[in-house]
Amino acid sequence: MASSAHTSPNHPYIPSTDSERAEMLGAIGVDSLDALLEDIPAQHRHPKLNLAAGLSEQELSTVFGSIAAENASPSSGYISFLGAGSYSHYIPSTVRSILQRGEFVTAYTPYQPEAAQGTLQVGFEFQTIVCQLTEMEVANAGMYDGPTAFAEACLMAARVTKRTKIGVLSSTDKRLSDTLLAYSKYQGIEIVEVAADATDIPDDLACIGIQSPNFFGEIEDVQRLTKLAHDNGALSVVHVNPTALGMFKAPGEFDVDIVTAEGQPLGVPMAFGGPYVGLFACKKAHIRQMPGRIIGRTTDTKGRTGYALTLQTREQHIRRERATSNICTSTQLIGLMVTVYAATLGKQGMKDLASLCYQKAHYAAAEINKLDGYSVKSSGTFFHEFVVTCPSAPPKINEALLKKKIIGGLDISDRSESGMLVCVTETSSKADIDRFVKALSEIGVSA
Amino acid sequence: MTISINAGGVDRRLLMDRSVTGRKAFTLPASDVPTQNLPDSSLLRDDVELPEVSQLEVIRYFSVLSQLNFSIDTNFYPLGSCTMKYNPKINDELSNLPGLANIHPLQPDVTVQGAIRLLKNLQDDLGEITGLSGVSLAPLAGAQGEYAGLLIARAYHDARSDSARTVAIVPDSAHGTNPASAAMAGLEVVTVRSDDQGNVDVENLRELANSNTAVFMLTIPSTLGLFEPNILEITKIVHDAGGLVYADGANLNALLGVVKLGDLGVDICHSNLHKTFSTPHGGGGPGSGPVMVTNELAKFLPKPVAVKTDVGYVLATPEMSVGSINGFHGSFSIAARAYAYIKALGQEGLRSVSENAIISANYIQAKLRDKYDLAADRYCMHETVLSAARQKKRGVAGLDIAKRLLDFGIHAPTMYFPMIVDEALMVEPTESESKETLDHFIAVMRQIDDEVDSAPELLHDAPHDLPVTRLDEATAARKPVLRWSAEV
Amino acid sequence: MYPDDLKYSKEHEWVRMSGDIAEIGVTVFAQESLGDVVFVDLPEVGTNVEQFAKFGEIESVKAVSDLFSPIGGKITEVNSAAADTPEVVNEDPYGSGWLIKVELNDTAQLDELMDAATYQATLE
Ligand SMILES: Cc1ncc(COP(=O)(O)O)c(C=O)c1O
Repeated sequence: MASSAHTSPNHPYIPSTDSERAEMLGAIGVDSLDALLEDIPAQHRHPKLNLAAGLSEQELSTVFGSIAAENASPSSGYISFLGAGSYSHYIPSTVRSILQRGEFVTAYTPYQPEAAQGTLQVGFEFQTIVCQLTEMEVANAGMYDGPTAFAEACLMAARVTKRTKIGVLSSTDKRLSDTLLAYSKYQGIEIVEVAADATDIPDDLACIGIQSPNFFGEIEDVQRLTKLAHDNGALSVVHVNPTALGMFKAPGEFDVDIVTAEGQPLGVPMAFGGPYVGLFACKKAHIRQMPGRIIGRTTDTKGRTGYALTLQTREQHIRRERATSNICTSTQLIGLMVTVYAATLGKQGMKDLASLCYQKAHYAAAEINKLDGYSVKSSGTFFHEFVVTCPSAPPKINEALLKKKIIGGLDISDRSESGMLVCVTETSSKADIDRFVKALSEIGVSA
Repeated sequence: MTISINAGGVDRRLLMDRSVTGRKAFTLPASDVPTQNLPDSSLLRDDVELPEVSQLEVIRYFSVLSQLNFSIDTNFYPLGSCTMKYNPKINDELSNLPGLANIHPLQPDVTVQGAIRLLKNLQDDLGEITGLSGVSLAPLAGAQGEYAGLLIARAYHDARSDSARTVAIVPDSAHGTNPASAAMAGLEVVTVRSDDQGNVDVENLRELANSNTAVFMLTIPSTLGLFEPNILEITKIVHDAGGLVYADGANLNALLGVVKLGDLGVDICHSNLHKTFSTPHGGGGPGSGPVMVTNELAKFLPKPVAVKTDVGYVLATPEMSVGSINGFHGSFSIAARAYAYIKALGQEGLRSVSENAIISANYIQAKLRDKYDLAADRYCMHETVLSAARQKKRGVAGLDIAKRLLDFGIHAPTMYFPMIVDEALMVEPTESESKETLDHFIAVMRQIDDEVDSAPELLHDAPHDLPVTRLDEATAARKPVLRWSAEV
Repeated sequence: MYPDDLKYSKEHEWVRMSGDIAEIGVTVFAQESLGDVVFVDLPEVGTNVEQFAKFGEIESVKAVSDLFSPIGGKITEVNSAAADTPEVVNEDPYGSGWLIKVELNDTAQLDELMDAATYQATLE
């Protein structure tokens, strides 16, 4: 292998040969690459890079094989009851198949609409699906993830109401409120907690941020809270679980102003946390304050239907420091996965899926509730997540479960005494659930 | 039902227009648990209005749509500032291994040692490449990397009780995300001029840098594709004023093994894994924008940071972290692809990437400079910014040239950016493209210049043979139609 | 292109006086350099604006510009037609594309504006 800094080894990703490089340098009118680098301080040019030598594809596969083998996943015999913002769902073959289309995967933001009608029409479908699921008037083409969508929604509410205090319901996931905190820290925004059963709120709130199902898995009274917000001149911002929308009433029915969601449950692998896609919908009246890309329908010079990015003056490339958000590259491809997923499951599938998750989670909760020392804490209506109060410290129980190749629920003892947040979806069979329940009973107080 | 057929016989009807009651593309398994009581019906909805189509229709619909796109896999895509290089297929495959794709972000660290090790190794490699050893992979795109970096700058000044530093100095050539991120971080944006060579006007910077300066945001190489010759003087001016230097590393493809940002006095930078490190752009994301900082600033990094300890790899929260800027640990499967890319190229290969990218851009510049104006008349780095000012005087705008390129199956360069260049056409060929492809592009650009005089209507009406001609974007913005509805 | 009965500001707005009411819009030069106007953001009736201060925004597909009032005073009317169908600003900038009406509080303000010939000279 060549080792001088000034010649390039041949590599499958780099087509130019030595003679072509020489020819190009000749056309440029220089005899070496270094002549092109004179603006770079000479003492810092060509530093030593302390990296390993390149690998062949076959060697690379081996390296990754061993990395993947160090992780516990269903393919290595583990079952898991984790949720809390990332959910295990079956991903249909159609999603994986379409995700192989290089024309989608290796394009970029559709700045040239004539050469990007595929990406654009998919984005329009995505916006449609988000609107239909949430029953909201308009949606954007996606945010980075659920928590950033929620944070940007609360900031949008502050712009719409011209108020600077944001209320967040006490039952909300800290991942949402922490992201909001990081997003609003230097914008003169104050975040206050609103009790879930509040009947009164300060009259200067920009919004109440609500999660439903909330962090503990329970459906909130979105209708009542939205009215409470509106009575005080605030907006209601509701973060939903899109799978739950297959059975529970959509926020649009309750006059909610802005709806956000983590799109991951809709056909996106958990992938250790990302990439995901944030869903973002709102009332049409507020659209000029919406962050993110928006795709609109129009016609070409021959009168044919086509799609293009629209309302771009909200965005950073035009409005710069006065933009509604700094977001540029977002999550178009994950939006494609969501779109194919929703098209595949369709009207009946989304309903059946929600029902299946509900049935299995409620079965698991009922069985766990029968165990000595364990009790299900969720009091209201829950969807597919619930809190179990454990007879000993949840981390201890989880440690014992792990020995049985079971990844237990999330330890939430910081928010609920001896609490474990358990999630059950359609990917858990009855046998998996029974194995989990049996293991819990065996571990019991001994953990 | 109305049928709208597009050029090439493509049926552009939306999914909801294809929906037939009772049709389905998927079956869920039957429930295997005893039936549970449903909640109060007042909480339940009737139907979700989603399409009802067959499985073949799903596949055909999306496959046909994909064919309406230009992409790297199918076209030369010299979109400046976006580094549209080859996205190796093996990276997609490896990142989808079940042991990587099907792990939950909140699994106990002991069950995800491979995943955290991967993150740690990638952090180390990015630290080595940039010369800035504190790394967090949390940011989900370049803009979020910028925002994280600015939060770090603010936290640093706050920790020194130097909170009056509320100004971000930003060159007039900067990408829009720079001022937008600065505003989100509560910083006032003050613009520093560029000189006639496209460099930062050093005297202007000297006037602006003072005790209010939190940070100077500089894109290296600049958005003009140029390396800032006064970089050492610039970082010194900012440091002497007590500010930090932030490097927008979107253009890092020019610098691999060529120079380390940390050696130049940069304190904070981000890199776009979806540019330099070959992860697919996905039609506009997902991306990943890791933030790199000096040792001194590492304690402020956003969480999490992968750390190796006596008991194995853990995800840690730095001591004075600026917090969580998103839900979990960043774009893990994008990070996995970038790691695969770095491993595949290694030390020599990465160096070769930048060297070839620089040669290709200069080659295009040399071969077009007699026909097109240059934003700056000097050697460029990995991209060259042309100006269609000469063509504009002859009646054809940069936009028309960009659209005409589409007729030749070439994606348009980045247009009208940077804003300081009249009729800018920013061309970034990347190291992935062969000399034949570059020569073809050069020939097409020269022919288009001829057409400016010989057949200007060809440019004004371009593109001609794509699924649509130019779109009425004014009506799209005046009367927004943003979703399917039964009426449209 | 630049009617003689109007007064002009260097920010490319025009003023038509009738009584003490100033009708305000943007000039042909402004609407041509913006291109297709797609949105105008206008203030609420009853609010006050100072001379040469920002009163709203005007957008094309890929640009946004601030609107500066050539006259200070109370806003008595805004043109809802321009808000609903912004293309009127392109089609008829001095007529149905007017933007706001302001009650002039000090006639001396008019002295700070240009006549058509002077304005046109600034464009060359
Ligand atoms: C110079 C520059 N800075 C910042 C960004 C923003 O990166 P991202 O789109 O990943 O947010 C981009 C690209 O879009 C860019 O070209």
